[in-house]
Amino acid sequence: MTMQATPGQLVGQRVRRREDPRLVKGRGSYVDDMKLPGMLHLAFKRSDVAHGIIRSIDTSAAEAMPGVELVLTGAQLAEIIPPMPVATPFPAPDHHAVTPDRVRYVGEPIAVVVATDRFLAADAADVIEVDIEELPAVIDPERAANGDPAVIHEAFENNLAVPFAPAGTGVNPETLEVEDESALNEAFENADVVVSQRMFSQRLVPNAMEPRGVIARFEPGNDELTVWSTTQNPHIARTLLAAILGMGQHQVRVIAPDVGGGFGSKINVYGEDFAAAAISRDIGRPVKWIEDRSEAFMTTIHGRDVIGYIDLAATGEGKVTAVKMRLIADIGAYEMVLTAAIPTLVAFMISGVYDIPVVRAELTEVFTNKMPTDAYRGAGRPEGIYFLERAMDMLASELGMDPADVRRVNFIQPDQFPYTTAGGMVYDSGEYERLLDQALENAGWEQMKADRDAARAEGRIVGLGMSFYTEICGFGPSAAMPTVGLWEHASVSVERDGKVRASSGASSHGQGHETTFAQMLADDLGIPMDDISIIHGDTGQVREGTGTFGSRSQVVGGTALLMASGKVKDKMRVFAAQMLETQPGDLSFSDGMIGPTGQEDTGVAFAEVAGFAYIPIPLPPDTEPGLSEEAFWEPEGFTWPFGCYITQVEIDRDTGELELQRFVGVDDCGNVINPLIVAGQIHGGIAQGVGQALTEEAVYDEGSGQLLTASFMDYQIPRARDFPRFELDHTVTPSPLNPMGVKGIGEAGTIGSTPSIVNAAVDALSGHGVEHIDMMLRPEKLWRLIQGGDA
Amino acid sequence: MTVPISVTVNGRAHELEVEPRMLLVHLLREELNLTGTHVGCDTSQCGACTVIVDGSSAKSCTVLAVQADGGSITTIEGLSAEGEMHPLQQAFWDEHGLQCGYCTPGMIMSGVDLLERHPDPSDDDIRRGLDGNLCRCTGYEHIINAVKSAAGGAE
Amino acid sequence: MIPSAFDYQRAGSIAEAIALKQGAEGDARFIAGGHSLIPLMKLRLAEPSLLIDISGIPGLSGVSEDGGRVSIGALTTHAELESDSVLLASAPVVAEAAGEIGDQQVRNRGTIGGSLAHADPASDLPAVVVALDASIHIAGAGGERTVAAGDFFSGLFEVDLAEDELITSVSFDAPSQAAYAKLRHPASHFAIVGVAASLTVEGGVCTGARVAVTGASTHAQRLGAVEEALTGSSLDDDAIAAASAAADVDDVNADLAGSEEYRQAMTRVFTGRAIAAAAAR
Repeated sequence: MTMQATPGQLVGQRVRRREDPRLVKGRGSYVDDMKLPGMLHLAFKRSDVAHGIIRSIDTSAAEAMPGVELVLTGAQLAEIIPPMPVATPFPAPDHHAVTPDRVRYVGEPIAVVVATDRFLAADAADVIEVDIEELPAVIDPERAANGDPAVIHEAFENNLAVPFAPAGTGVNPETLEVEDESALNEAFENADVVVSQRMFSQRLVPNAMEPRGVIARFEPGNDELTVWSTTQNPHIARTLLAAILGMGQHQVRVIAPDVGGGFGSKINVYGEDFAAAAISRDIGRPVKWIEDRSEAFMTTIHGRDVIGYIDLAATGEGKVTAVKMRLIADIGAYEMVLTAAIPTLVAFMISGVYDIPVVRAELTEVFTNKMPTDAYRGAGRPEGIYFLERAMDMLASELGMDPADVRRVNFIQPDQFPYTTAGGMVYDSGEYERLLDQALENAGWEQMKADRDAARAEGRIVGLGMSFYTEICGFGPSAAMPTVGLWEHASVSVERDGKVRASSGASSHGQGHETTFAQMLADDLGIPMDDISIIHGDTGQVREGTGTFGSRSQVVGGTALLMASGKVKDKMRVFAAQMLETQPGDLSFSDGMIGPTGQEDTGVAFAEVAGFAYIPIPLPPDTEPGLSEEAFWEPEGFTWPFGCYITQVEIDRDTGELELQRFVGVDDCGNVINPLIVAGQIHGGIAQGVGQALTEEAVYDEGSGQLLTASFMDYQIPRARDFPRFELDHTVTPSPLNPMGVKGIGEAGTIGSTPSIVNAAVDALSGHGVEHIDMMLRPEKLWRLIQGGDA
Repeated sequence: MTVPISVTVNGRAHELEVEPRMLLVHLLREELNLTGTHVGCDTSQCGACTVIVDGSSAKSCTVLAVQADGGSITTIEGLSAEGEMHPLQQAFWDEHGLQCGYCTPGMIMSGVDLLERHPDPSDDDIRRGLDGNLCRCTGYEHIINAVKSAAGGAE
Repeated sequence: MIPSAFDYQRAGSIAEAIALKQGAEGDARFIAGGHSLIPLMKLRLAEPSLLIDISGIPGLSGVSEDGGRVSIGALTTHAELESDSVLLASAPVVAEAAGEIGDQQVRNRGTIGGSLAHADPASDLPAVVVALDASIHIAGAGGERTVAAGDFFSGLFEVDLAEDELITSVSFDAPSQAAYAKLRHPASHFAIVGVAASLTVEGGVCTGARVAVTGASTHAQRLGAVEEALTGSSLDDDAIAAASAAADVDDVNADLAGSEEYRQAMTRVFTGRAIAAAAAR
């Protein structure tokens, strides 16, 4: 079997997306667009208190309302489905789809109404009366870790979901116990400079523009369940739904139609999904639930919320000798599918792009009365890179060094790859200094500094920021998530007319798989892109899969497709060789022809070989008719893209309003399949990273536990007017771990942009004695610092 | 109670009986099966539901169907004839002005209003003109390129 | 999200609107553009039993000027205000403030009458009409009456408007020099603080000033100390700084977008900006 990526005509081109004609014409098909005959609608009665014991629920008024078919309390639902699954190795408390006894965050489902239309269902949910004995709301994770003011789950003393998880130098990777403190202690004792800072990567709300939704249709006649879901990973959803419902995987089909963004928030299978499936099975009718934005704020997973106590030791020349991060993750009220695993990724990032001999991360995860956290774009890597890149800037400031220089002297060098960090991560490839130089040149760094200084001389508050990120992409291998498996599946079928139907378990929700995968296969098979259809997002049509998250689709899914394509080509060579009376090994694919390498045009048409494969007279020896192959592929390690973001900000002295004036970025995600799509991914990533720095923060009231930022009236995802033009460029350092040399780009912008902007704001306010500012950079906070007060 | 209304949607006249509380977006989506208009929030912020009502853009989640009585509405489905693309639709495709596509119909309908007011818009005109539309995928850069390109300006 | 159920009537005239309101049981409300009311109804923070649609009443829309007196019909939309040629010539402050409201879609539907009657503490136009010393023209069962804008806003969502009354128009003398400056809430686009200043300047000396703030407190209100400090001043930088430093508001709002202290400070900053912009007009 051949597995060489052939440099072709389409890979690397700015090919317009094939998804777009339907989407720009309003002809997409999202879950809420679908109606089924006999369909009923769900609405959930939700807790309006953060923490309490349910004393009683009166559903009688709701049941009496017109159009209401059924009302189920959490206790009643718990009789037909068990608690929800978790896919991390950490112990987790029971988490029911609809809570049967206690409420632990505002918005937690208490009861579900089934009615003939969604508005009648909402009306009925409104009149359900719930008597809750309130308990103190646990909001501050550091207090929570002492059981103060209450314990949320009796089995988890002091609210500790993960009491202590160390990693890095001196930690036994098998037992996860600290065995040796000497290297760490020595590094800090011998350091010329130590930088220490408490930092906070605040809680964020993912806010994909399409809220979540589900339609579940159980067909009693044949015991089959079909679920249309706004999921990023229909196969995982299928597995979890089947498990919870006690059904076989073969009886459950999950379809992700057009999905309106996910950013990690649609990895999970949520309580509403399990409830819908269980209710449909119970009553034998299709049911639908569509989330309101208000519900999305309260009850779709949140991201980040990690406090980091960062200590960095360095020499007087700026060489970092040790980094220690004590991390406290506020994971909210329960564990969702990956909740407890996400903060462990923060620890994996501790070295960043630097050759640091000694590292130590110590993680504690704490329950609070908030919506659970889970993967949100970047998922652990933004927190880690933010902590490290802030600390690097603090070091530069402490030593009076240029932020570029302090990074330069610490870079892992090209000849060190594959590089193993002191924390045990293996980096595939990187050429950091070249990219830094490119970024400095593109930005005009020296001129920027001169301009900044000139602006300051006029009394303006201008600052420059820099960050240099790497990140973990292309998840797996499976060992990285032993409860799920992190391979991908693909199939490639050449139909008898020479057209190709290919499928991938990676499930696009905006990434453009239908385009990039087709580009890749068109080159590999030497046929036009229009002759290839890409199928994804349906477990009934795509036999197996893992899904789209962790910047893995092109790396893992793309490679699986290339492998399946390779298998089909091998078989086509056998048929073609018989037709051409030559040896299969001599044959190549180009321009719709299969023929001797370099002279493909003298061979036989691709479509002709396809036709022959289905009517093979005579059938070549030891060969089955037909052309349909599949492949599973699992990477041997992560890929590590990297990049540098340089920003300029100006702060209004009177109001504290911050204007992002320049954004210069250079990214390296290895080889690029479609530069247009890669640019789009970077832009969107940057926007979300800028959002974290400047405009986004989920705030729960300390006393009541109410979510104070529960709508777009109070929680600002960035708008068009919040950005300057992005000035972007890239270098190419292929990954050696996959045949296309790709690394993944879905999360890079989010990871790199946040620290650059905070660094710029701190630089701007350095004249005011500011050394660090916690996000988000509210105008009032900056104004107070300008006034000389505490933020 | 229900109220009789007559509305012209994408050039086609409809006589309907609606509950007063029915929002225009639900009339379009549920009654007329024009599902290209999306709902992205419940506080009139995101603009995913933007349509053209009597010549100017409106958030159809913040208009009661009864308020549209006698009015003329254009949705994303009616922006171009079958098989064709409006210049904005074409430009969003050409410039990769969308990813998940959920905000896109509303974004394009806002673009229609924007180009009426600013036939040759600057970046700033576009950024301000799209202030009522949220996109979580694109960072807006390609959307701005698309609107500019649709206006005939080279980027 | 959908409102609770309610009844709906269209009024073809002011008299009919008032009669419907008088005859209604429960919580009846007038609706024009609906851009203040419908969002609250969707969240079920408002659950009226009857909506009386006044948007079709003829003669309540548009801007006119007669002998220096500008009149704006209650149903005029913010978008119409923003681009109205009469306003751009005679009272650009109104167009400017209207252009700062919400976003294009909201401005296309929202009306000046609805905005003033709803009196959201953070909406823009109340500050402008107070600074312009506008008259609010009201029709009701008891006939027509006029209230000075400065007396119209009395508290949080509280205005001088009886149950059976509605605003028909707003009128004011074209200001000689007026401007509006706003610290915009980044998410909602409402005013964290917004200040409108209207100045009369003769021979380089300010002979009259009306300055009003919105967003800072329960309702739009004049900044009397600022007005006093401005009157008789030369409107140079020092005079503006001194006058804006006198800005002081009671019952200051506080939320995540700004504490009391910040809003007080921003009231001073935007007072200074509005005055400077007005002085430069």
